[in-house]
Amino acid sequence: MNFVVASIARLGALIIDGVVILGNFFIFLFTALFYIVVPPFKPRLAIRQIRIIGAESTFLILLIGTFTGMVLGLQGYNTLRRFESEGALGTVVALTLVRELGPVLTALMIAARAGSAMAAELGSMQATEQIDALTVMAINPIQYLVSPRVIAGLISFPLLTAIFDVIGILGGYVIGVDLMGAPGSSYLNGIAQNMDAHDIATGIYKALVFGLVVMWVCCYKGYHAERMATGVSRATTEAVVMSSVLVLVWDYFMTSILL
Amino acid sequence: MGVDRNGGANAIEVRDLRRRFGAQEVLRGVDIDFPRGQITTIVGPSGCGKTVFLKHLNLLLRPDSGRIVIEGIDVTALGGRALDAVREKFGMLFQSGALFDSMPVFDNVAFPLVEKTSLSRDEIAARVREMLAAVGLEGMEKKYPSELSGGMQKRAALARALIHRPGILMLDEPTTGLDPTRIGSIHALVRRTQQRFGLTAVLVSHDVPDVFEISDRIAFMHEGRMRLHGTVAEVTAAHDETFERFLAGKASGEDEVPAVTG
Repeated sequence: MNFVVASIARLGALIIDGVVILGNFFIFLFTALFYIVVPPFKPRLAIRQIRIIGAESTFLILLIGTFTGMVLGLQGYNTLRRFESEGALGTVVALTLVRELGPVLTALMIAARAGSAMAAELGSMQATEQIDALTVMAINPIQYLVSPRVIAGLISFPLLTAIFDVIGILGGYVIGVDLMGAPGSSYLNGIAQNMDAHDIATGIYKALVFGLVVMWVCCYKGYHAERMATGVSRATTEAVVMSSVLVLVWDYFMTSILL
Repeated sequence: MGVDRNGGANAIEVRDLRRRFGAQEVLRGVDIDFPRGQITTIVGPSGCGKTVFLKHLNLLLRPDSGRIVIEGIDVTALGGRALDAVREKFGMLFQSGALFDSMPVFDNVAFPLVEKTSLSRDEIAARVREMLAAVGLEGMEKKYPSELSGGMQKRAALARALIHRPGILMLDEPTTGLDPTRIGSIHALVRRTQQRFGLTAVLVSHDVPDVFEISDRIAFMHEGRMRLHGTVAEVTAAHDETFERFLAGKASGEDEVPAVTG
């Protein structure tokens, strides 16, 4: 009997803890969003974060985008040739990139590059009392540290995704057309004919949502890091893993809604 | 900073302050006054609750019950802008210094003025230079915190804590991680600065008994309460057994009297 009561109590405690954590997680986001629309505004801080998250990720995105496009060109050409429809290569490459791979891979790469750095930075600020110092100076740390990063994510992710898409389509062209010999005019015409505004909008929506999710998770994990070296490393790992998983899960749901 | 501006002689008054974390009651009814213009040093075995107590004074934590009155304002029920207004009455020196490592010393010290006031660049620069001179850091404006020694970081953090000219200074173990010669110079600096600006200082320290030399008053915290408090002479003359055991333990290098953590 005692065993049963104890088990139920443990389960209850677990659920309560879970709800509290989830609640904190959402309050954190709403606070950050609140300070985006409520003055005082700090455009200087957001611009700095756009440089760190966005501008400094450009080379990486160009590199990954090129190779992704090249792989798509190669695989797409070999698959389509079996059906004698190499002419559709441009459409296949472009739609795959714009609707799916562009936003997802961009989000995963920025989570790995900037998200991890962000979690580590906020985590060590927490560990060395810098976040407390802000509070004591009557500066809201979420407003000062998190809101600018969320703004930067919302601006940088769609732009980097667009860069990824364009360079990927070029990469696919170089391999599919120049190297493998698919017809070049139908590559480009196919894209023009078969891709509509909805496809592009889908990619942009995804990039916006992923930007929010990655910044939210990485800031939250860093901000709530335990005050020790292992706490910071754990926060960094959890930030990258959790934001990557959430990006992929959300991607499925968004695809099924937006299709 | 008139003594009678808020009526009393105490800058901070604390009444029956209680706080528990889970099953552990860390503050078990703290009662103490901090007279204006004096250094009150809080000592006690590790885990006695002194850091948690300081985090209530600087409003990072909220008590379960009890009252804290800072400059005549009951802060326990405050929120929002009213709370921010009280925060501007004090400066805080954190144990680790808590300098922003993304900024050079100048920006760190200027930070509260840049963020919270509408002073011009020139006025801010003048105030920062004056304050850096007061803590003995002239010419270090462009250095980053990582390029400074531990003692210099504490000095820069002290300059930042005082740049907005607060009446109250709180210090959380300001000599942690410093070698013995530096401890003496930081203590002297704290005393000099406190006298120069007429500050009410609340100092949490483990440098017992060295820190008594710069203190006006001592509060001995034990098991979540202020077991003893008064002037240095009063406290040392009290012949409290626990306090003497604590002092003896400190002298022999042991941190005795195991108590609740916090």
